Amino acid sequence: MLANWLTAGNIQLTERVDDWQDAVRQAAAPLLAQQAIAPDYLQAIFHSHAQLGPYYVLAPGLAMPHARPEEGALKNGLSLLRINQGVSFNSAENDPVYVVIMLCAVSGEEHLNMIGELADLFSDESRLQQLLSATTLAAIQAAISQPSVEKTP
Amino acid sequence: MKKVLIVCGNGLGSSFIVEMNVKKILAELGKTAEVSHTDLTTARSETADLILSAQDIADRLADHSAQVFGLSNLLDNARIKAILAEHL
Repeated sequence: MLANWLTAGNIQLTERVDDWQDAVRQAAAPLLAQQAIAPDYLQAIFHSHAQLGPYYVLAPGLAMPHARPEEGALKNGLSLLRINQGVSFNSAENDPVYVVIMLCAVSGEEHLNMIGELADLFSDESRLQQLLSATTLAAIQAAISQPSVEKTP
Repeated sequence: MKKVLIVCGNGLGSSFIVEMNVKKILAELGKTAEVSHTDLTTARSETADLILSAQDIADRLADHSAQVFGLSNLLDNARIKAILAEHL
């Protein structure tokens, strides 16, 4: 269950952030506190953004910053930052970003399940829109907990 | 068998999510293909028939022998379905 990863403590809501780097840092805060990631992990995200652009901005309003397991991931984990005013990630067609989901994965079966559940959430248009428009903790939790209606073939 | 490669910056998160969606879409289309995901560096030396990736990454794979399709919205399954239906 995604809700087991995105616990209340790993979901943050904020009115605004200074810039996308600020958004990434704030999204990382609970994972840093839980020692799910090392500070290097943030540097790796900033480095790959500088090298490759904002490729981790998946869709309008949604970013999923992450780095490779060996770049400072210590445990599997997820965090979510909701930014009410949105922020630019320099991703022309997907800005502004309202929801930042940080992903860290060490490896193994567990992280496959975690990413698989994210895929289910993101590919269900109604759940995704529900998540992107949620402005309270309860509404975010409802969006991530709602079982997918789409059947996998 | 045709091979579809999903490429992202580090071959871990975004490309994996798209791979799962591509597998569902291929089943809907009744097509079979080998589907895998990888990072940009590895992708340069891999062969494939069709590559899907974020637009930023696709620009760096322009010289790849595969047909390369960049997606500004990686979760746009209707677009992915149209690409696979037409080009695979």
